[in-house]
Amino acid sequence: MKKYDELEYLKLSKWKKFVYRFLSFFASIPLKIWNGIKGIGRFFAKIGIGIANECKDIGHTFVKGDWKTKTSYLVMGFGNLTRGQILRGLMFLLFEIVFIVYMVIPHGGIYWLSMLPSLGKISPSGNGAYDPVLDTYVKLEGDNSFKILLYGVLTIFFIVAFIYTWRANVKQNKIAEEILRTGKPLKSGKDDLRSLVDDNFHKTLLALPTLGIVVFTVMPIVFMILVAFTNYNKLANGVDNELFHWVGMRNFKQMLTWSGSGGTSYVATFGEILLWTLIWAFFATFTNYFLGIMVAMMINKKGIKFKKLWRTVLIMTIAIPQFISLLYVSKMFDKNGIINGLLINLKLINPSQAIDFWNDTAHSGLLARVMVIVVNIWIGIPYLMLIATGILMNIPADLYESAKIDGASGIKQFTKITLPYMLFITGPYLLTSFTGNMNNFNVIYLLTGGRPTNGAASTGEASVGHTDLLITWLFKLANNKGEYYLASVVGILVFIVVAVISLVVYGLLPSVKNEEDFQ
Amino acid sequence: MKKTDSAAVQPVMKKHMGIKAANRISNTILYVILILMSIIWLIPFVCIVVQSFRVYPTGMSRYLFSHPDISFRWGFDNYINLWKSNFPKWYLNTFIIALFVAVVQTVIVLCMSYTLSRFRFKLRAPMMKFMLILGMFPGMLTMIILYQVLKDLGLALENAVPGLMLVYVASSGMGYYVSKGFFDTIPKSLDEAARVDGATRAQVLFKIILPLAKPIVIYTILTAFMAPWGDFVFAKYIVGVNPSAYNVAVGLQDWLSTSANVSENYTKFCAGGVVVAIPVTILFICLQRYYVEGVTGGAVKG
Repeated sequence: MKKYDELEYLKLSKWKKFVYRFLSFFASIPLKIWNGIKGIGRFFAKIGIGIANECKDIGHTFVKGDWKTKTSYLVMGFGNLTRGQILRGLMFLLFEIVFIVYMVIPHGGIYWLSMLPSLGKISPSGNGAYDPVLDTYVKLEGDNSFKILLYGVLTIFFIVAFIYTWRANVKQNKIAEEILRTGKPLKSGKDDLRSLVDDNFHKTLLALPTLGIVVFTVMPIVFMILVAFTNYNKLANGVDNELFHWVGMRNFKQMLTWSGSGGTSYVATFGEILLWTLIWAFFATFTNYFLGIMVAMMINKKGIKFKKLWRTVLIMTIAIPQFISLLYVSKMFDKNGIINGLLINLKLINPSQAIDFWNDTAHSGLLARVMVIVVNIWIGIPYLMLIATGILMNIPADLYESAKIDGASGIKQFTKITLPYMLFITGPYLLTSFTGNMNNFNVIYLLTGGRPTNGAASTGEASVGHTDLLITWLFKLANNKGEYYLASVVGILVFIVVAVISLVVYGLLPSVKNEEDFQ
Repeated sequence: MKKTDSAAVQPVMKKHMGIKAANRISNTILYVILILMSIIWLIPFVCIVVQSFRVYPTGMSRYLFSHPDISFRWGFDNYINLWKSNFPKWYLNTFIIALFVAVVQTVIVLCMSYTLSRFRFKLRAPMMKFMLILGMFPGMLTMIILYQVLKDLGLALENAVPGLMLVYVASSGMGYYVSKGFFDTIPKSLDEAARVDGATRAQVLFKIILPLAKPIVIYTILTAFMAPWGDFVFAKYIVGVNPSAYNVAVGLQDWLSTSANVSENYTKFCAGGVVVAIPVTILFICLQRYYVEGVTGGAVKG
């Protein structure tokens, strides 16, 4: 498309400006994604350079260091111990001993690492092999691929931690030598302990949260990413597959080509669900946003009484645990629910024509799709009302007064002051709420469970519904079908979609700031 | 509705009758809308309370009150049956989990957010970026492996309660955004003044910042306490089919999971819903002020 410079742009008509901005936004998407990829490249280059520098420094320290330093390369903490920093030295030494013991014991680190490339070979035998001496069947313990993968990942994390600690140990020696050369005393163990509540207080505070995140989020994610490259699933008898192996990119191929194994096509299902996920996230976010602002403005209007009452009524919906309201509303709109009863009582429909709000397959489940969005508005407006109320009160009143003097109508004030101000402040919130809605499991699962069933997109025994989001599909793949490897693939694809959207939109946010004028 | 937007600022000078009348009309329309909205927002809760007192039939009905086709019987039987069922156990499970999570999660979140707000260390920016990226992975992905690991440790299925506590609390450091935003608004000069007077960093936190941070502490406790009451998917996956270890969400959903269950348990579900909702709602309404502050602050800071 044609690119305008600033003067040309200003000369355009309003409509053309809008079209131009709209088009240039989409035209810039590939570039933004490319920049993102380049960013990743730069990140790895930076890491590479960093490692190279570290190695150089390690070599330097060794060459220049005294015998204490040199011994520390093998026996961690030796330098600290001999220089009188007993506490630090003991910690290093202890860590090294634990590490070495863990690595060499049978079924220790080295064992798990050696099994990692194959993920185990001996399959567990059901009845076992016949033992002629004992004249009975002996059940053989097979390799457990899950454990191998789990402990393999754990061992790799441990090794990384060890290398990091070893590097810290080397650095300590270097610093200690430098300090001693200037004639100052080294920090004692007491100083170290004291600094944990003072200068190094952040390390104390972060220890527990970081440990939790690494163990319960980072490692599981690494593990599940690896699972996407295996064939880990539940067997036909409902037991988890004990012996699985690496399959390379097979799962991604299966997910992204038209004919998978057994003639099923996952890519069509994936595409359909992705499209609905995006539509849902869009409507769920923006209907809530604008209607929430409207409600807040209505309640805030001068001359409206009982403001607190209106707010409290809405806030009740936040207070009541969501699963109760969702399950109950889902039953209200059931074929035998109260809403149908009401419609029948009002003689709007015959009892025989009761509307099946969640199961109507006409127009690819349009009714159910609209209904989840409507119910989501009911759920979401109170929340947005709270946020909007807080922000609206912060808009300087003189903005409105001067606009009034200039003769701006109410609508103009809304579009020129209120909305830009709101968008400016809540831009990041909109982004997170969009991605949050993409992964909004509860609303969909508790309202419809994915219904109505989408016959065309369903593969195998796992039925896919018209209101299924990627996240509920992931759950169904893992929970109902036991296809953990496909669930991992879907999870990774969800991550990619979210990351791309965040990357593109985040670049947009500052431009919103620049373009909106606050008069 | 559009018309009313203009009313945010009504000039005082031009107060003549025409505008007054228009104002009255627009206000009346607004009142009508607000009353309608209140009805829509309250109806489900009114219905659930009414239905919780219906003894017969126990299944779903299209009618809220007796109808020529069916006559209802009313009473407290649902609540009595609730007491006799597994429900008290579920309630206790959820309550224990919620208490534990409220305490530990608050400590963890405050540690994380305070550190990220006040300290400038080398790994700070990379850490925040890393957590942002981690947050883009669907949390459900980790469920599969956490279930297997907890099962091996004996913390899943019938022993799921401690397992759930562990899982809820473990990654809570990632939810630091709102309280970090709050800490950012406390002037740093306070810290510096105390440091000049010889206070350690820890003393600054406990003696100066925490007393000032009461609203955000209460907000964090409130949200942490409320989350386990509503958590459904994780609990369901980890508990499996062990009614003694259910939390209220899994248990009540189970009562509605099949049509046979619905016809037997629907009104009991309503009673259960009321029993769960009442204490949480009262707590929430009491601490509403802090919640509103937290939510508004959090959204502004992103």
